[in-house]
Amino acid sequence: MSDSTAATPPLPMPRLRALLGLRGVPWLSLIILGALLVAAIAGEWLAPWDPNDIDLGAAFQPPVWAAGGDAAHLLGTDNLGRDILSRIIAGSRVSVVVALYAIAFSGSIGALIGMLAGYFGGWVDTVIMRLVEIQSSIPAVALALILAAALEPGLDTVIIVIVLTYWSWYARIIRGEVLSLKTRDYVAFARVAGVSTAVIFRRHLLPNIMNTLLVLATLQVGQVIIFEASLSFLGLGIQQPDVSWGLMLSDARQYITNAWWAITMPGLAIMLTCLSANLFGDWLRDRLDPRMRQL
Amino acid sequence: MSGFLLRRLGHGLVSILGASLVIFIISRLSGDPTALLLPPDAPPDVIAATRTELGLDRPLWMQYLIFLANAVTGDFGQSYRWQMPALDLVLERLPATIELACAGLLFSVALAVPLGVLSAVHRGGWIDRAGRVLAMLGQAMPNFWVGLLLILIFSIQLGWLPAFGRGGIANLIMPAIALGWYPVAAQTRIVRSAMLDVLESDHIRLSRALGTPERLIVWKYAFRNAAVPLLTMLGVYFAAMLGGAFIVEVIFAWPGIGRTVVEAVFSRDFPVVQAGVLLSSVLFVLSTLLVDLSYGLVDPRIRHER
Repeated sequence: MSDSTAATPPLPMPRLRALLGLRGVPWLSLIILGALLVAAIAGEWLAPWDPNDIDLGAAFQPPVWAAGGDAAHLLGTDNLGRDILSRIIAGSRVSVVVALYAIAFSGSIGALIGMLAGYFGGWVDTVIMRLVEIQSSIPAVALALILAAALEPGLDTVIIVIVLTYWSWYARIIRGEVLSLKTRDYVAFARVAGVSTAVIFRRHLLPNIMNTLLVLATLQVGQVIIFEASLSFLGLGIQQPDVSWGLMLSDARQYITNAWWAITMPGLAIMLTCLSANLFGDWLRDRLDPRMRQL
Repeated sequence: MSGFLLRRLGHGLVSILGASLVIFIISRLSGDPTALLLPPDAPPDVIAATRTELGLDRPLWMQYLIFLANAVTGDFGQSYRWQMPALDLVLERLPATIELACAGLLFSVALAVPLGVLSAVHRGGWIDRAGRVLAMLGQAMPNFWVGLLLILIFSIQLGWLPAFGRGGIANLIMPAIALGWYPVAAQTRIVRSAMLDVLESDHIRLSRALGTPERLIVWKYAFRNAAVPLLTMLGVYFAAMLGGAFIVEVIFAWPGIGRTVVEAVFSRDFPVVQAGVLLSSVLFVLSTLLVDLSYGLVDPRIRHER
């Protein structure tokens, strides 16, 4: 159904790129995201150094282009002489893992809850929407803080916090979608014909909310990565000796006067990743689901 | 109007109750707080006495009701670390957080309004495009990194602004920018699209036809109408600022609720964490409540009759 809205007026001689639907693809974003994935998967073989390799003799080396830089450490070293480029590569795995798990869980849980609320209405809807309201009345960072105080900080806690924060975002939007889908004739017919609720969900609702889900998930990538970095920065997320971009920034803050590169480089990694994910998400949204412009 | 008000107040109350339940349950996940209060070699009868004193030997639902009843009267217990009432400790820091949130909001609006208006007026022009780039960048930079970069540039390299603490205006500038940076994008978009709508309306066309100076049209006639959507969203942004302040306060050593709660988390000072989180939820609910109520005031066309 969203194909009709995304279709462009037919051209007399559509070019190959247009035929393949590749027009306006944000290539740079895709390349950066691809590089991130490769770094996350094959980081051990790509990184020039072991990310936790301490070499005090090489501490505080600036990046290669700055005065005093060394080609052995392209982006410089930190206070313990650890190679920043290698640490950024190692940190990409945490970002990717957190993003994948957090999005998969919050997306599927939120979508299911939203579908239930929208489809059944009545008290189910009331209870769920009240829960959504309660959830959104606790600031996300505050929720994260209290969870981190209660549980052991670490990768699992970060994922739990993000899922607890974002399920309601999916639930709210998917509920709206299902509310309008429910009034469609084919859903009504299926109901009258005695098709079971599970089949209606799987065959008639899910395929129709897939586009929205995909767009929401892509737009969530950047937010999740920033969220993880924030928690790790506060010391409530990833713990040493694991490497995360937020944790690197938290370390670098201790010697901010000595090494500007230790503050800038991990931050740039976060920024480039989020920028790429957001640009790709925007493009996907415009193609798949132009109604969601407001998001 | 009063029916709407009551219903809305009811929703707000349910939200706060729910938040208190969530906070209670999560705090209990960590197990028994007596272990934090007593030395590890405390004799069993002392442990039992402390548990009775804290009410931990009662059923969970009763513990929640006691927690709730105490919370309503402002009693979250003594801070384990500071030996003073937890709520007092948090309330003491409240003005600093509100000051920071207001400053952050002021910064974002001061940037978003001219950017949004000029982007709409010169649609597709360089300001529009620059605004869009700025927005994309803003959404991709975590506020704590913006804060660190500001410290790096303005405190360490240039030495213009103090890197931490609360004091005069100079102390407020960098935290406000770090906090207000993120919502600029969304606010610019709201102002821009509202301006585009208004600029195409009949009364603006008429004014144009009558030869009213463009500056007057844009800033007086059009902007006055276009400001409504932003004004009604301010409460939501203020609420978001309160949440974002947690991390910005840590970076700039700003003595607000956020930093207090973060420190309390590390020392496992549960009463303070509970008081701080519940207080921020109450503030959050209150500011969104004010938004809903202000719709009717700002735009008389929207009235809540039901």
